[in-house]
Amino acid sequence: MRILKKITSTRIFPPLLVLFLILLFNLIVQPGFLSLEFRDGRFVGGLMLILNRSIPIMLLAVGMTLVIATGGVDLSVGSVVAVSAAVAISLIRGGDLAPTAYTAMPLVFVVLITMLVGIALGLWNGFLISKLNMPPVVATLVLMVAARGLTQIITQERSLTTGHTPFGEIANGITLGVPNQFWIGVGIFLLVWFFTRRTALGLFIESVGANKSASTHAGIRSNVVLMAVYAVSALCAAIVGILSASSVLVVEPMNTGLDMELSAIVAVVLGGTRMNGGKFNLGGSCIGAIILQALHQTMTFYGVPVQFSLVIQAIVIVVIIIIQSATTRNFISSLFKSKKEVPAS
Amino acid sequence: MSQETTTIQTTPKKKTFSKFIARHVKIIPSITTLILFIIAYIIGGILFSDIGFVTFRTFFSLFTDSPFLFISAVGMTLVIISGGIDLSVGSVAALSTMIIAYGTAIEHGPDLVGMGWPIGISIFLALAVGTLLGFAMGVLIQVFKVEPFIATLAGMFFARGMTFVISIDSIPIRDEWFTALGRWRIQFRDVLSTNPNSMVNITIGVFIFLALLVFVAILMRSTKLGRNIYALGGNEQSAQLMGLPVRSTRIFVYTFNGFCSALAGLVFALSLGSGFGRHLIGMELDVIAAVVIGGTLLTGGMGYPLGSMFGVMTTGLIGKFVTFGNMLSGYARIATAALLFLFIVLQRIIIIIADKNKEA
Repeated sequence: MRILKKITSTRIFPPLLVLFLILLFNLIVQPGFLSLEFRDGRFVGGLMLILNRSIPIMLLAVGMTLVIATGGVDLSVGSVVAVSAAVAISLIRGGDLAPTAYTAMPLVFVVLITMLVGIALGLWNGFLISKLNMPPVVATLVLMVAARGLTQIITQERSLTTGHTPFGEIANGITLGVPNQFWIGVGIFLLVWFFTRRTALGLFIESVGANKSASTHAGIRSNVVLMAVYAVSALCAAIVGILSASSVLVVEPMNTGLDMELSAIVAVVLGGTRMNGGKFNLGGSCIGAIILQALHQTMTFYGVPVQFSLVIQAIVIVVIIIIQSATTRNFISSLFKSKKEVPAS
Repeated sequence: MSQETTTIQTTPKKKTFSKFIARHVKIIPSITTLILFIIAYIIGGILFSDIGFVTFRTFFSLFTDSPFLFISAVGMTLVIISGGIDLSVGSVAALSTMIIAYGTAIEHGPDLVGMGWPIGISIFLALAVGTLLGFAMGVLIQVFKVEPFIATLAGMFFARGMTFVISIDSIPIRDEWFTALGRWRIQFRDVLSTNPNSMVNITIGVFIFLALLVFVAILMRSTKLGRNIYALGGNEQSAQLMGLPVRSTRIFVYTFNGFCSALAGLVFALSLGSGFGRHLIGMELDVIAAVVIGGTLLTGGMGYPLGSMFGVMTTGLIGKFVTFGNMLSGYARIATAALLFLFIVLQRIIIIIADKNKEA
């Protein structure tokens, strides 16, 4: 019993449970949905699709987790994804409008420059929030609008494509039977996990989120921490932009990255990180992203019309949140409280 | 005391001005917005002098173009003052338009039929549903301690989804009384325009907004509920320790904002004449930006509905700059972001000056 209590009280348990329930539901109703086969040198099947397609939101959620842990939020990630995709594709095209044009710039530089753009945008956010004390919602809202406008200007209001297939290898190339995108996602998650949980950085982030001025007085360079988390969030968004551009070889100024920030925030919250700052749960955010993708794929698979998909997402979010809420936990534990307990007087 | 004697010789006028700001710090952001709005308008008048910017027509069009934004901003102000946020307003407004449209439609499309209800029932139902959704979100936030961002985000998905569940396509509203009401306007000649035929139109949405504004202004200023909302936003723990009804106050602001969203949808439907799931997408961010520009602190405890009105006027003005200046869509967005940024920064500077000169 005590082991069971220990397992259920870890913070990663609720989202894991929900994911397990969703996968179980699918397994029972339609076993073929979660298939995993090895064919032509790659893994295929519903499970692989879910894992691979959840990587973009998962990456955004990783950055978003750190931002939310500092008590903020980053609404600009969707637009940064779009801008990064636009930058990457225009660099490849070398500013030429012919669809098959590409410069001799090595892809390494394309990726590096795009990532630098992302870091710069993130530092801008961090500066506004830490030095100018702007509320994160407003500061990142400004970048959200500005970056979308920048995307429209770079792409000149049209969908920008490239025929340069080697670029597509970044996301779509198969390594060890699995798309590169998957490895990139896992790699970045491990990197961030290492730097936050195996060094003091994670503690600093949680401290700044709990109380910024107390942290500063305790000797933590809170402003640097803040600028760093927003830079990381934007960097993750830039990487997602590169992956997005690479996987479909096109960027659409109005569609790329649309509403991704909302999914990322939902993934983080489903994962158990509280929105008012403090302790964060990177693994939970990943599970949250997988839950969202599994939900989405389940509904598509069963042909649920798109109208109901929004409503069902809303209901699932509400149910999970209610289950996670302290109120519910207190309620349930009060049900199980031993009647023989005498309150200490 | 000796400090005072030494400073008297330097710049006494500057000291009193800063002290004045510090004493009235709460209202300064909203007044700043008004002043900046006036300055911006004058600049616009100079920039676009050939097209006729400083006319009654342009000015009143700030209101008539989007009365739903003004209405929603009033409700959102209360939510933000109480320390929360509401992302569902656009979706609840869209749901409201769809309920009205579907409720009154006799038949629409080749094989679908509406409910054929009288217009009054449909309007009542739309307002009731919006209010109910607001209440549900308030309960989630207060009783289940869900973060307002998440609870209202879920509300946003739910409302938008329900709108599409009712009908994927847009449904025209064909009720004659409703259409006539939407077309009704007060019209008078624009005396400031160079064009002698230029008329100013004020539609009913503007009057609905003004009535709401007066009601809410009195509520916030002169009733216990208003003071409780400010207290709740200022410091929830203190409010609770003082014995204020935190629970009912918080549930009220979200319920009322649900009503305002539905009302905004009604006004939108009046001018557009249809119900559609794609109406008002992204409206919540416009409203939040306007309320923040209008001087309401996102952290809560400070703000005025009238200030939010100035905020909506300002975002509308920014939009006018973009249209009059004929900017490409991308540049327009960047200009909007830059102006939004400028306003916030200027406000922060004023508040910093006020803080520095706080009376002991």
